[in-house]
This record gives sequence, structure tokens and C-alpha cells, in this order.
Amino acid sequence: MTATVADGRALEALVASREILVVCGPGGVGKTSVAASIAAMAACHEGGRVLVLTVDPARRLAQALGLASASGRAQRVPPEAFAEAGAAPHGELWAEMLDTKQSWDRLVRRHAPDPHTARRILDNPLYQNISGRFVQSHDYIAVERLHELHSEGNYDLIVVDTPPTRNAVDFLLAPQRMAEFFSSRLLRLLTVPYRSRFVDVAAKPFYYVADRVLGSQFLEDIAEFFILFQTLSDGFVARAREVERLLSDRRTSFLVVSTLETVPVREAEAFMAMLPAKRLQLGGVVLNKVLPSYLMQPHLGERAERLCDEAAVLAARMCADGGPMADHDPVIVERVLAELGANFNNIAVVARREAGQRTELARHAAIMASVPELDDDVHDLAGVLRLGRHVWSGGAQ
Amino acid sequence: MGDLLDRRLLFVTGKGGVGKTTISAGLAMLAAARGKRTLVCEVDAKGDLASSFEAPPTRFDESQVAPNLWAMSMDSEASLRQYLSLQLRLPRAAGIGLVARMFDFVASAAPGVREIVTVGKLCWEVRERHYDLVVVDAVASGHIVGQLAAPQAINSLVQVGLVRQQTGWMLDILSDPARTGALIVSTPEEMPVTETIELVGRLRSETTVDLAGVVVNRVLPELFGTREEQAFEALSGGEATAFLSRAMGGDAVPLLDAARLMVRTRRSRAEHLERLRDALGGPAGAVVPLLYVPYLFLRSHGMRSTRQVAAALAAELES
Repeated sequence: MTATVADGRALEALVASREILVVCGPGGVGKTSVAASIAAMAACHEGGRVLVLTVDPARRLAQALGLASASGRAQRVPPEAFAEAGAAPHGELWAEMLDTKQSWDRLVRRHAPDPHTARRILDNPLYQNISGRFVQSHDYIAVERLHELHSEGNYDLIVVDTPPTRNAVDFLLAPQRMAEFFSSRLLRLLTVPYRSRFVDVAAKPFYYVADRVLGSQFLEDIAEFFILFQTLSDGFVARAREVERLLSDRRTSFLVVSTLETVPVREAEAFMAMLPAKRLQLGGVVLNKVLPSYLMQPHLGERAERLCDEAAVLAARMCADGGPMADHDPVIVERVLAELGANFNNIAVVARREAGQRTELARHAAIMASVPELDDDVHDLAGVLRLGRHVWSGGAQ
Repeated sequence: MGDLLDRRLLFVTGKGGVGKTTISAGLAMLAAARGKRTLVCEVDAKGDLASSFEAPPTRFDESQVAPNLWAMSMDSEASLRQYLSLQLRLPRAAGIGLVARMFDFVASAAPGVREIVTVGKLCWEVRERHYDLVVVDAVASGHIVGQLAAPQAINSLVQVGLVRQQTGWMLDILSDPARTGALIVSTPEEMPVTETIELVGRLRSETTVDLAGVVVNRVLPELFGTREEQAFEALSGGEATAFLSRAMGGDAVPLLDAARLMVRTRRSRAEHLERLRDALGGPAGAVVPLLYVPYLFLRSHGMRSTRQVAAALAAELES
């Protein structure tokens, strides 16, 4: 294998030298658990105040971190909980579940020219849809909240679990999209007062079609909303630029989590390929739910074939008088032996496929850890730490 | 379960990473093999659908990927363009491009606008009877409710205009269980099962779309029965393992470990499967059909895996 597998200290070194670690990756790979476990290990080994900022954790994981609901406030994981899980961190672990609606409201209050405008925006039905239901708003609000937390300076390290976007890239593009949104020609067209629209001859067909498609009342509602929203423009654009700068800062690293299934690997690769152009730093890759490496030992396939082919003979010998399985039914033993061989051949196909995917991923970044599929999903602090030990040590090598 | 493929429009959803695309492709291939003119549409254009058929990248204009089977990828802008030229009969010069961009822009703020164009195109294919069956490789569980509930959302936000006029017939198609159904894909793991159970509730309370079933994907094989399990335990360790290693001319432990890994993983997943069954069993009459698709031990993802999924689904639909 040509894959560069970083030693177990690589992640530790990365974590110790950064202020922000953004954990990204395709859906369903265990990003949130990995982010929580890295934060917990950092609190245990590096000390200081460590925060894990998460968007939508599994309920049991949230409980493991002591988060009852999306409160939009950081809460400390109590030292007693660590003691119960058999750990004594030098540092503090804090956790916060992002409250999208609350964060949007705060942003509006901050950037609105006056409280009256702020109120009108907050009460607008379209705004309520943006902040509450519009899913992509997670992306922007997560980076925005990260900026806020970082500039408050209360934490030595912030580990961000990125939102479950359709595509990991959306998260990176969120600040830029927000800035573009405010400077677009379309926004200007829509916010032209209704009557003066018919003055602009060039834009007339636009209004004609827009009216027919959406209805003029809805267009008016939209226009009103955008006119109000435009008052936030300067603050938002400036803020979006700052957020972009923070993400490309030397103190920030991106960590990609993936399994070795074909589809997540492809998505992770596409994501990593985008980072350099955006001047974002790729810290490394954490592989989750991978098969153990012993499956790749040489000659095992031949042994598995022999088991399949010679199951009957072997079973008969083992179950004969004086054999190690003398008190067992040779028919059953034969079936078990054949199944052992067949099962190994099955798993080995997957293990070899995974090895190939690992090589592909290693072209982009150092593999910092390979974590095996654990028996249980993480549902308490002990589970977070157990996963953390795998991640920290480089995992199942 | 036999009537699943007799519907006209199937939305395949589920948590990210559970194999929605693979299941959509397998289902579409099965329908096509049974003589139904089938369209399969990837809504989250990641390009995985094309690789399921080893076909060139799908585009908005459908392309044939197998006998009776066409594939396309959704593009809300192209969909709107098609819609406008069909419905408004506007000359191209009237700025359809600009309107499409405006639409995209408004869709960033107004809920349901982008979704209505997506769902509208799919319903339109059904209404115009271009296909016997449209299989939608839909968005993930977090977004599907918003998409399927879009016609109602639009109804409450937009009072007049073409978009409003369109929602009526779309709702007729979406709300008709004989024509439309949602299929949730899950795997026997904690998070996918939890999301599936939540989604079942939300689909029922927030949309009018009928839940056609739940597909449990990547079910691991059961290696041993009780008696085999006892023999397996006796084989592990001690004299029996040493005997095996000698007989095979090399260490037998990794082979035993591999079996143990499989048995253990299957067992921990069985608990989640149990939870899913319990949640879906529910009160009489509300039972949701479950279809099981085995884990495929294959080298790669492509036509071969799609065929195997289709065969597994066929077996489940017959039972």
C-alpha cells in the first residue's frame, strides 16, 4: 500500500496547534461522534477549555454531552461525568447545540439599523421561513456562530461539527453566497418599488413573467421582505468576509471524516479537492467504521478456500475419537467450517475494496486515524471517550 | 406488497449514506424488467445514479440507460424553463433566463418555491403519462418533508398566479395512495433507524403522501444457527484452533475472528432492527411493509450491484 498513514501522534499535534477544527464529511459517517470525541480527548490530554459546537446530534449523543435541547448556549460537561466514565481531564469540555432560529434573530438584531426595523424583519413571515425552515441557513449560521464564539475568546479550542448538508461543499460556500445574495442584480430588481418597475423598460418582461408566475401579491411580500432585509446588508457582508477570513486563517484546520464506502469516499475527495482553491487548510482524514487490518494478512484467502473445500474431511478428523471436537456432530462442524471460509472470503472482498479507497483518500491528505466499527453507537461519555481513544491513537492499525 | 410497482410515483428517501440511490436504481431496474416504462430521477445531483447504471452523467433531459429505463437528474432552473415555455408560451426573448435566475433567488427566501418546481416536474411526467412509473431518488430525510409539503406551503403563501394554480393538480397526484408513495431507506444502525421512525411520523402528520414501505438496506447474513454457534464457540481457542491451524498450514485465528466480527456486528444491528419493527408495527392497520436487502459483498458499485438489489427487492415483493 502506498497510503501514508500518519502515526498516532499526528492528530494530537494538529489539535494542540489549532484554535478551530472544522470536522467535515459526507452524511452518515459518524461526523458528530468523531467531533465530540476529539474535543473530549483534547480536554483530557491538552487541557484548557475545549468547546464542541454541534448542529443536530443524535439524541443519545446529546445526552452524553449533557445537552438536553438546542439552547444556543454552551454547557460544561461536568467533571463528575468524566469521573464516572473513568477519566480525569486536565481541561474542561464544553458543548453547545446550535439553535438556528435564535442565532438568526441575534444576527438581525445586531445588524438592523434600529430596533423598529429589527422587529419588522423578525415578524415578517418570509423571514420566519428563512430562519426556521430554510435548511441551507444552517450552513451560514454555523460559521457565523463559530466566528462569534471564537472572537469572544473563551475557548482554547473549538471543534465544529458541520451541519448535515446535502453536500459538504455547501458549508464552505455559505459565507460567499451570503455576500453574493446582497450584492446581486436580482435583489435590486425585486426591491424596486412596485410602481417604478414599469419605468425600467429593460426589466419589464422580467416583471411581467414574475407577476404571472408568482402573483403580484406574493411579489410585493417578497419585495417588502427584501427591502427590509437589505438594511442588514452592510453588516452581513462585512461579517461574511470576516467569517471567510477566519476559516482560511492558519489557526483553523479542516478535518475530513469518511467511511471507506464508495459513495462517501467520492464525496470526501470532491470536498478535499476544493479546499486549496479556497485557501483552506486540510489537516487530515479520519476514517470511521473501517474493517480491521488483520483481514489483509497474506495467505488468509488460501486458507479460507481450503476450509470451504475440505470442510467435510476436516470436520470428520476433528470429530473423530480423540479429536479436538470429539463430542460434536461432524455435520454441524462441517457447516461451521465451510461458513468460516465463505464469510472470510466475503469480508475480504470488502477489506480489499476499503484498502483501495484508503489509498485514494491518502493522495489528498494524511490518514490520521482509522477507527473500527464499534459495537454500539456512542450514547454516553464513556462511549465518547472509547471512540476518542481510537481516534487519538490512530485507531485499528 | 405486490402493488408497490403499480404506483406511478415513488419518492425514495432516508438518512444520508444509507443507500437511497442504490435502492432507487434497483427498484427502477426491477420495474423496467417487468415491462414498465420507467423513469428514475436523481434529485440531489451527486452523480451516483449514473454510476449505478454505468452510464454517462445524467442530465435534465432523460437518457435511456437500459431497456424500458430512462434516467435524469433534477435541475430546478431547467425545470422552470421547461415549465415556462410550456405554460406561458413566452417568446424566449422575454427573458426566461432572467426569470429562471430570479426564481432561483426567490427560492432562497421563500419556502417551497424551489421544491414546487422539482415536485411539479415529477408530477407532470406522471400526469402526462410519459412513463408507467417515476422513481425519485429524493432528498434525505431532513429535507423530504419540506419538498413533499411544498404544494400546501405554496397554497398558504401565494394567493394568485400560475404557481398557485398548479398546486391543485399536484396535490391530487401526491395525495393519492394508488398513484404516489414514499419509500424510506434505512440500515439496521442506530441513527438511520431513529431518523426513519421520526420521518414516518412527520410524513404522516405534515404531508399527504402515503408511506409505501421501509427498505432495510445492508442487512448482514446470519452465519450460524444455535447448534452451529455452539460448535463455533468450541472451535475458538485451545486445541481445536491449533488443530485447524496445523491442518491449513497457517494461523486460523483471523478466520475465526472474522466470523466473530460478523456475528457480533449482526447482533448489535439486530437490536436496532427490532426497534424499527416495533415502531412500525404500531396499531392494527398502520403496519408499514418492510423490505430487506442484504449487504452486498462486491468489489464495486455498478450495474452488477444494481441487478442484485433489484433481485433482492423482487424476492421481497413476492413474499
